[in-house]
Amino acid sequence: MKSLEVHLRALRDSGRKALVPYLVAGSTPDWIRHVEAAVLGGADAVEIGVPFSDPMMDGVVIQEASQRALERGTTLESVCEELESLDGEIPLIAMTYYNLFLHYGLERAAGRLRQAGLSGAIVPDLPLEESDEWRAACDANDVATIYLVAPSTPTPRAREIVTRTQGFAYATARMAVTGAASDDGEGPRVAATLRAAGDVPVYVGVGITTPEQAKRAASYSDGVIVGSALVKLVLNGATTSEVERFVGSFRAAID
Amino acid sequence: MNSNVMGPPDDRGRFGDFGGRFVPEALMPACLELEGAFLDAWSDPAFVEEYRLVLHQFAGRPTPITPLPRLSERLGLQLYAKREDLAHTGSHKINNVIGQTLLTVRMGKSRVIAETGAGQHGVATATAAARMGLSCTVFMGEVDTERQELNVFRMELLGAKVVSVTSGSRTLKDAVNEALREWVTCVNDTHYCIGSVMGPHPFPWMVREFQSIIGSEASQQLDELGVGAPDAVVACVGGGSNAAGVFAGFANLDTRLIGVEAAGGAAVRSGSPGVLHGMRSLLLQDEFGQIEEAHSISAGLDYPGIGPEHAYLAAAGRAEYYAVGDDEVIGALSLLSVTEGIIPALETAHAVAWIAREAGGLLPKGSTVLLNLSGRGDKDAAQVRAILRGEA
Repeated sequence: MKSLEVHLRALRDSGRKALVPYLVAGSTPDWIRHVEAAVLGGADAVEIGVPFSDPMMDGVVIQEASQRALERGTTLESVCEELESLDGEIPLIAMTYYNLFLHYGLERAAGRLRQAGLSGAIVPDLPLEESDEWRAACDANDVATIYLVAPSTPTPRAREIVTRTQGFAYATARMAVTGAASDDGEGPRVAATLRAAGDVPVYVGVGITTPEQAKRAASYSDGVIVGSALVKLVLNGATTSEVERFVGSFRAAID
Repeated sequence: MNSNVMGPPDDRGRFGDFGGRFVPEALMPACLELEGAFLDAWSDPAFVEEYRLVLHQFAGRPTPITPLPRLSERLGLQLYAKREDLAHTGSHKINNVIGQTLLTVRMGKSRVIAETGAGQHGVATATAAARMGLSCTVFMGEVDTERQELNVFRMELLGAKVVSVTSGSRTLKDAVNEALREWVTCVNDTHYCIGSVMGPHPFPWMVREFQSIIGSEASQQLDELGVGAPDAVVACVGGGSNAAGVFAGFANLDTRLIGVEAAGGAAVRSGSPGVLHGMRSLLLQDEFGQIEEAHSISAGLDYPGIGPEHAYLAAAGRAEYYAVGDDEVIGALSLLSVTEGIIPALETAHAVAWIAREAGGLLPKGSTVLLNLSGRGDKDAAQVRAILRGEA
């Protein structure tokens, strides 16, 4: 079992709900300080978005942050270099589109992620059927491959994904790209399907905007992912202490 | 020569190393459903008959083959044009949208969405949607809504909603992104009517099949004219649907297949393998794998990729791809207009420009050449006037 899987299963078995904030690497000059602030605020893992020119699964907030990051010259390599300066034991998970890894070389990319302290990867445009090569590269480098499940995923397919995902299964709460929402969407149903399908931790994401929503999501899952709401705060010029407080408010809500 | 050069892709939707299905999990069930629905429909004689009947009664097929005697004499070639410009809505785009909207109805969906660059595919989709009683939303880059303002109005006149896309480069690539994002939210009742031989499996194959009527008609018509198999078939290539459609009729013959890209969007000439918009193909990208913006005088060729089957045909050496610069295109448009009385679309003018440039070069004197005249130039008149007057 990969390091990330061992870690996140132990977390679940200890009874703690996982909080996974998402930040776009390079969207501000001090983004690495925001990662630290998220950890201080109570994150159990941090999802690191590596900016891509054509983020087809992302809504306007993450598109904007990605655009800013690219304009600042952010690359997969520069993200990995900056992450190497981080101290600490909190797992980091890369989230980006397949072309960046493909272009870097799959084996080399997986190795580079691990070297930079990224122990998992989410690639939203890489469904099960296309992921064998990437998965093999990750297997050779102790990088967990994390798959998403959507409300449209039929149950037999969801079961198959649960047997393949490593670390956690990412339950997307709605048929939408990333961005704000005001209700639970189909999160409860998707999470219930995944929990019934196997023993892997189930985290809910997409549209979790407030601590109250996170609290509800945590009640029917093992963890929550908070992306656009936090990225929006950062785009609006949040200080590190504001990031820490924001993440802390989600921590307090789900504990 | 291989007996079935342009056959179906493999089980994973691959043409050689290209193609596949690189989409978010949310869209996988819809892609699988579409693959099943298309396979079922395309093997159903009643569906194929209806598709052909609508193309005949509504879209004006078959389109003629026109000999081009004056241009032939000037260039020292035997030139013929397949007149897709005479199809309803003014380009080959109608062939694909009739097929896809019939399939939409068959799948029980009530709405289509589409991306468009020049506006030709948007207008065609709005037209077919109106004909089939479907609601329609078209995504178009903000830059393109400005340079093709009249097409925006035509789509609206046909009852479609046009969404101006302001993300990224605000052209075709971003319109595709936005259409994919929209599709995630409405996949239950909405079909994404992709306009070219691109995107995730089964789109590249399905769109080629719907466009292959161009090639099958043309090869039969050339036989009837006593011309037989031409030495070369030449078509412009953005995503590559008109080229794929005409190539399909000649791929198993001893005919050269020639695709002409815009120099600023030449995925085969200047691109490298990558994954974008659900497919593995040849893409314009920087050293880090970020997709680059294409730049062309023609909005319809402003795309940084190419359909995966073209990437395969190029790799296999079955088709040849060349690039033509913006500076050659206006002259070619004028040349065809004054010699043959046909004003071609700027996209098509790329193919004309290549033929004019290579007559006696890569196209030996006396060659028999079929030009796929993919679209008419009415939509480009204002832009061409501005360029000729030195205003643009």
